Amino acid sequence: MSESMNSKLENRRDFLKASALVAGVAVGPGVLFYGIAHSRSPEEGASSKQRWGMLIDTTKCAVGCNDCVTACNTENGLSGKTGEQDSQWIRKLNIKHLQTGVEHNLPMLCQHCENPPCVDVCPTGASMKRADGIVLVDRHICIGCRYCMMACPYKARSFVHEPLTDQNPEVPRGKGCVESCTFCVQRVDRDETPACVEACTASGHQAMLFGDLNNPESDIAKAMKTVATTEVRADLGLNTGVRYQGI
Amino acid sequence: MARVVNQPGLGKGFRLAACLGAMALLAIPSMPVVAGVDLPKLEHAKGDKCVDEGGYIRRHHPELLKHHRDETMRKGIRTTKYSLKKCVECHAGSKTGSVAASREDFCVACHSYAGVKLDCWDCHATKPGKRPSHQTAQPAAPSLMPSNGGSQ
Repeated sequence: MSESMNSKLENRRDFLKASALVAGVAVGPGVLFYGIAHSRSPEEGASSKQRWGMLIDTTKCAVGCNDCVTACNTENGLSGKTGEQDSQWIRKLNIKHLQTGVEHNLPMLCQHCENPPCVDVCPTGASMKRADGIVLVDRHICIGCRYCMMACPYKARSFVHEPLTDQNPEVPRGKGCVESCTFCVQRVDRDETPACVEACTASGHQAMLFGDLNNPESDIAKAMKTVATTEVRADLGLNTGVRYQGI
Repeated sequence: MARVVNQPGLGKGFRLAACLGAMALLAIPSMPVVAGVDLPKLEHAKGDKCVDEGGYIRRHHPELLKHHRDETMRKGIRTTKYSLKKCVECHAGSKTGSVAASREDFCVACHSYAGVKLDCWDCHATKPGKRPSHQTAQPAAPSLMPSNGGSQ
């Protein structure tokens, strides 16, 4: 009995080492995953600790691929039509440098600016920025004046002209309101990525990366630290949440 | 959001009596007929009971829903207790599958009886929804935090 006690005591150091190791593993995730706070409970609101952003690699964005647009339409219940009066939350653009002739293919969507002009001009406060940087329209108080559409340098907003039916229960939309990309806020709040990013990844192009810009451990923050990224119309000083690489 | 239809020409006393009458009716929903006006016949909802006591919900659902909508919309708080989506999930009618497609459906039945216009359904879905199909057809998206294996 005493022998076994002694041997246990002798091994005490090993035991402590082992338990420290176990504790380290247990604590590890919380420490390692700096952004774990974003796995929030439903009671917890969006926090300014995060800033959601997107990095789009135009060199990987395939010509003719429209998967992001289709996924957005399905997720948000958009018709998919591209007429003047149809809602488009994300559009595929082809841009050409007039001097060199180099062409780029990229998706254009709400850039989720830190200083959004749409929020500045809104007379009712319907156009708003959530604590985590997602720019939204509160349709309950939107009066459909469309000032925000004029203010947006990216033509990212659409106005709903006709009555709608059969909306996605998670994405209420209706006539008389302005709307735009929400970063699929209903999915982000469930810890999922926006539908366009999911579709881009599923198609194998991997041109879109979504994540928390404030979390240095996130893939997007790491990528933005290593490659040159561009804000569209950086001259406006809006500090966009959507960045492009390769343009 | 909701607007009580004006009834010009009604005396104060009549209105008070009508209010008291309406409150009494709301408190006793099983009462069949009062003063010649048929009470709306509501279909039994799915589930055992409502998220709160019936009378409280009947009286306060506008404020509860309005508060919840602002919390969700502006702050991203997505509790389900007073969520409109959850109301629809339990109260959608068995015939139409909707809360507002016919006069018998849950919301319309009471609101037409009370003469209160509601415009929730201009934007919100009146039927309990399935999530868009592309989400099940495609492989799961990588987590927002790829290093965090357990975040989903």
